[in-house]
Amino acid sequence: MKNLLEHTGIEPGRLHFSWVSSAESTKFVEVVKKITEEVKALNSNKAYAKTKPKVD
Amino acid sequence: MTAYTDKIREIAKRLLAEKKVDMVIGFRKGSLPLLHQPCMATSPEAADELVWDSCCSLNLANYLTDRKERIGIVAKGCDSRNIVTHILENKIKREQLYIIGVPCTGMIDRHKICAMFDSEITAVKEEGDSLTVSGDGFSKTLSKPEMLRDNCAACTHRNPVLYDEMVAEPVSEQTGVDPYASVKKIEALSPAEKQAYFDDLISTCIRCYACRNACPLCYCPTCFVDESRPQWVGKSQDPVDVKTFHILRAYHCAGRCTDCGACEAACPMGIKVREFTKKLNKDCLELYGWEAGLTLKQRPPLDTFKPNDPEEFIIRI
Repeated sequence: MKNLLEHTGIEPGRLHFSWVSSAESTKFVEVVKKITEEVKALNSNKAYAKTKPKVD
Repeated sequence: MTAYTDKIREIAKRLLAEKKVDMVIGFRKGSLPLLHQPCMATSPEAADELVWDSCCSLNLANYLTDRKERIGIVAKGCDSRNIVTHILENKIKREQLYIIGVPCTGMIDRHKICAMFDSEITAVKEEGDSLTVSGDGFSKTLSKPEMLRDNCAACTHRNPVLYDEMVAEPVSEQTGVDPYASVKKIEALSPAEKQAYFDDLISTCIRCYACRNACPLCYCPTCFVDESRPQWVGKSQDPVDVKTFHILRAYHCAGRCTDCGACEAACPMGIKVREFTKKLNKDCLELYGWEAGLTLKQRPPLDTFKPNDPEEFIIRI
């Protein structure tokens, strides 16, 4: 999954995967913190943001 | 190639006359030169329509899905690998099939040939390794090995992997070719360049879904692109929707694609859609040592679990 998306131009570091059990609340917080920090550092990626069609 | 055609007709007639099969799936001349159309012959007389040459780019395994009849099918290397995939995915039973194996020397790239001429090609004649294409006021002889599709030029499974009868002796397999050369070229680019490459690649896509329809792997009763409740992907020509479609279509072929090139052969715009699936094929080979459709004895990597499956992509904390 990660490989093809990065192959087509998603920057490494934007896409993350992890296993978190429903009992691992602290791990969940840590994972989310880590991911948000890394993704924020990459700034926004507008490649998949759709713009509204312009109607004159 | 006429020897192949004669032999295929002979086998098809015999199977149909002996009532060993209810139909024989093969190719016949279609309305366009350079791309033969699939044909289902149900009587020995109809088998006279069957042909074989270098314009049989489509994949006949596509027509087997959920069939109940006994079927004779003409299969080149890649078709036979897709038949194996179909059997593994319970889309057809081995007992229903009589596979007429065709050792293949590659199919020609009609987009490449059409691009060489300004006017329309109306006829093509093949003799040995030379192709004579002609149209209104022109005629030119080309060398077949130079006109092969990219996937055929780098093919390492030309002979059928599963068959009941072969129409000729197996051909020698190519060595020293790299099927993943173009993937490696893209891998070396920066993320922004990769994005630009793929945006440009699919910029002419008209969302006709010919690639999906020609693909033997795409047999879902309702494809995700046609679904409207929920609507998984936008149906517009917006570049984001087009790209989403192509990436998702490729994922659905992960670990199953045999690189038969039917998608590219069917594409009316000549888009190299295999650039998406080829990356997944390369990953499957590197991560799981897997090439689709080579054996009936092993389950594909994505429907089994092994404790030593690669998992570098999972974050550990």
